[in-house]
Amino acid sequence: MNWTSSDIDQRLDAMAAALRQQLEQRGIQNFAMVGIHSGGVWVAEALRQRLNDEIPLGSLDISFYRDDFTHRGLHPNVKPSQLPFEVEGTHIVLVDDVLMTGRTIRAAMNELFDFGRPASIILTTLFDIGHRQLPMCADICGQTLALPPHQRVELRGPAPLAADIIEMTPA
Amino acid sequence: MIHSPPSANIQLTADGRLKHFLSIEGLPRSLLEEILDGAASFVEVGDRSIKKVPLLRGKTVVNLFFEPSTRTRSTFELAAKRLSADVLNIDIAKSATSKGETLMDMLWNLEAMASDMFIVRHSDSGAPFFIANHVTPQVAVINAGDGRHAHPTQAMLDMYTIRHYKGGFEGLKVAIIGDVLHSRVARSQIHALNILGAEEVRVIAPKTLLPKDIESLGVSVYTDLASGLRDVDVVIALRLQKERMDSALLPSEGEFYRLYGLNNERLRPAKPDAIVMHPGPINRGVEIASEVADGPRSVILHQVTFGIAVRMAVMSMSISGQESGL
Repeated sequence: MNWTSSDIDQRLDAMAAALRQQLEQRGIQNFAMVGIHSGGVWVAEALRQRLNDEIPLGSLDISFYRDDFTHRGLHPNVKPSQLPFEVEGTHIVLVDDVLMTGRTIRAAMNELFDFGRPASIILTTLFDIGHRQLPMCADICGQTLALPPHQRVELRGPAPLAADIIEMTPA
Repeated sequence: MIHSPPSANIQLTADGRLKHFLSIEGLPRSLLEEILDGAASFVEVGDRSIKKVPLLRGKTVVNLFFEPSTRTRSTFELAAKRLSADVLNIDIAKSATSKGETLMDMLWNLEAMASDMFIVRHSDSGAPFFIANHVTPQVAVINAGDGRHAHPTQAMLDMYTIRHYKGGFEGLKVAIIGDVLHSRVARSQIHALNILGAEEVRVIAPKTLLPKDIESLGVSVYTDLASGLRDVDVVIALRLQKERMDSALLPSEGEFYRLYGLNNERLRPAKPDAIVMHPGPINRGVEIASEVADGPRSVILHQVTFGIAVRMAVMSMSISGQESGL
């Protein structure tokens, strides 16, 4: 199974519309977007283009906050987190490409709170593939999939975005 | 008596990850680059209002300094604290080793306190290797300077500084000036620059302050400052180590400054955009004039800032290397 760039575009259009609606319902006019490195940053950029190019956009690399660091070590390509706005008191749209166990989102929220106390966080993901290990759920999701445990979705980017189902090789 | 350092590979796990950081010598270029890349993201943590990440939460880091140090010890301490580790500073001069406790007894006691890492500075070359060879598996050892042998985290923070300002090492000419004989920093820098692919590493010093075998490390030797500085991209001044010096090596500090002290005029043969570095502490008016140390080419204080991030990278990598080896 795979998604072409136009398949992804359709989902991004729908996500942008749902996000606009949700922000309106919550009465939020000013907010910032934060993508989780690297796929989440690509999705956040694509959503921002659909909403408004002037929305502040940050990126998080959650390598320093992972709960499996001592088993896996420091990721060799860890990137600096960049949040070019004040987190304290800001409404934040947190964006990732794939939601699975929920551990990445937990790490990302921990990291965000080290920068300040956001007014609120809305979680937006392109895919939700289940297998949750923590109580997390996306406020806005492009597509929900029921994948067997040995399969993952891999997003290719930054532009155009496309995605494939990949098989995990047993460790 | 501590014997000469054994082969450097006790630093690595079976799959080539860092588990102790004792010497630059013998480490592959990819690993040095991994340290520099890791440090780049830790630099950003130092710019945050809350300068802390939870990577080493619950770990205990012991600063074991058998020799005095302010900068190195405090930057290691800050690095550990920014990684959320707990830090124990052992002041050896006041500790039980001065009451006759042996080094091994002291280490076993510290291990019994469930320490995860020893940061070791010692006046004997090879002491951190000795400790790394005798600690329980799972305890990482980092060399914070041993005798005249090595000071690998200082060298890596210098490499980080050079890469930050020069973009890389290819085509770079680097001059190291002064007391190379007593300098563990210079030895580690020379190894790191050669591994990372600098074009030319020069040492500039009077013959009395150069070790006999220095060419074998892969450097060109100059005794004249003006010719040694010609067209270099990076100038590293070393501290004149008065406390280690035998009086016969130098006529006087004034004489050293007259011939090798860096001032703006003397720097002229270097490239116009050359940066000036110094591992600290600086002796103003001995190896470097204030007009250079405080001048626009000086990156000396940036070295200190980058040092925290580089130490954070080395500490996280070696702790995770210990755990992965289980």
